[in-house]
Amino acid sequence: MNPRVEVVALDCLMLRLFDEIAEANMPWMLAASERLRAAFGAHLIDLVPSYTTLMVHYDLTALNPNQARELIAEALIDLSPNARTGGQCHVLPVWYDLSVGPELSLLSRRSGLAVEEVIRRHSAREYQVFALGFAPGFAFMGLVEEVLAAPRLNTPRKKVAAGSVGIAERQTAAYPVVSPGGWNLIGRTPARLFDRNREGYSLMQPGDTVRFEAVSHAEFINLGGDDTPLEALA
Amino acid sequence: MSRLTIEASTPLCLLQDAGRFGVRHLGVTQGGAADWRSMAWANWLLGNGLNLPVIEITLGGFTVVAEEDCLLALAGADLGARIDGEVLAPWRSFKLRKGQTLQFTQPLLGARAYLAAPGGFSAPQVLGSSATVVREELGGLDGRGVPLAKGATLSYQGETLLVREVPAQHRPDLRLDTPLDLVLGAQIGEFSGQSLFDVFNSPWTLDSRADRMGIRLLGTALQYQGRPMISEGIPLGAVQVPPDGQPIVLLNDRQTIGGYPRLGALTPLALARLAQCLPGTQVRLKPVVQEVAHREQVEYLQRFIDR
Repeated sequence: MNPRVEVVALDCLMLRLFDEIAEANMPWMLAASERLRAAFGAHLIDLVPSYTTLMVHYDLTALNPNQARELIAEALIDLSPNARTGGQCHVLPVWYDLSVGPELSLLSRRSGLAVEEVIRRHSAREYQVFALGFAPGFAFMGLVEEVLAAPRLNTPRKKVAAGSVGIAERQTAAYPVVSPGGWNLIGRTPARLFDRNREGYSLMQPGDTVRFEAVSHAEFINLGGDDTPLEALA
Repeated sequence: MSRLTIEASTPLCLLQDAGRFGVRHLGVTQGGAADWRSMAWANWLLGNGLNLPVIEITLGGFTVVAEEDCLLALAGADLGARIDGEVLAPWRSFKLRKGQTLQFTQPLLGARAYLAAPGGFSAPQVLGSSATVVREELGGLDGRGVPLAKGATLSYQGETLLVREVPAQHRPDLRLDTPLDLVLGAQIGEFSGQSLFDVFNSPWTLDSRADRMGIRLLGTALQYQGRPMISEGIPLGAVQVPPDGQPIVLLNDRQTIGGYPRLGALTPLALARLAQCLPGTQVRLKPVVQEVAHREQVEYLQRFIDR
């Protein structure tokens, strides 16, 4: 880790902790987040974590840029990784099926694995939540096995159903609401990923871990899933 | 309580406040008035807190009828506002009597007008704000991110007797075409020497591909020579350069993280001016260091207190 502070805007500084995406970053990222929240207190407007960075948006009426830099420097003194990350582990039920996950066949072709094996491997790992973005509650997770990695679609879909589970490169994610999207879709989860009435709003938070669990169509429906085929949305 | 009925509206007429804060780590965008300065003056005119919910009217096409006698305020663009046909200039508070119609026709100067009411227009707080973000289905009158629509009722609870104007020396001049201040960012040195010259020495034309997420600037293509970036947090006003070399200024409804290299970020005052520019407008950019920009902003905010 080689922390650097960079200017990004009049009232925002970027704390860059790493140069590469890695699961081993997370305990450090979480520790630094906690320290920054404590150091800035009420003067923190937003703290936006991503894979290797933490963007600090502070109250410009309370702090000037130098004071903000000093607070960041102080927050990092003797930083040590959070041994127990404090993150939750979620199990997301997924109905893996071609009608809601049409790229199952593409991933099977690319990898030379049977569709069942693609599903087994996607649901075998525990993934890290690296960052939330793109839409409220949209969690970028990884890393998926190299053999399952696939680039985004050349032409993004205009409408991807809520709950759709997809893969892009070595990351996986689930769409919280209907939106456009270019990820390779492999299934659908009935889980409510973003709920304005829930404490914390988003099911997944940065630093959480996630495992996908294959469920049958009947279980998916029982859990409140919507099995409208993807084509019917277009 | 006083009420107004919306007789005409467009998808660009939205309830806004200062924006949604403290939830960006969940992928929730900031939202809020694109021209924060005009929103603040509209609220100031009525003695409101500067960030209370206002109506953001972009380009016109908005009409309301008063159901009771109202005292409202208007700041920002001149969108050809009329009360029962009589011209109403912005930067003042005014009475709208029961039964009178306030109509916004077309942009005469600027792009976005802000209509304020005593105590702010009533709307539920969703994740700490009433700001309407259509894409995220958050905020607005119903809390579900729906733009203001014909037939809906606007209401407010507050009262004031303040009928006044923004003092002439404080009234933002929307005709001003001085360069927009850009706080230099970390990747500025990764652009080619020629590009660094072009950024600050050539004109940029506002593309028609512009919305509350961002405004594309057309001009000389800029060349980034650094490594591909890993997605990171995007501040308000960030000027990112995608592979086609045409910069995009990211506004209130931008995505929270992204991976294009950036020149830096426009200052809040530059953003307030940009939000009032129509497609086709030419702008120039000027570099400014963070400390100077910070001082200017703090000084500007003092104006709302000194009055």
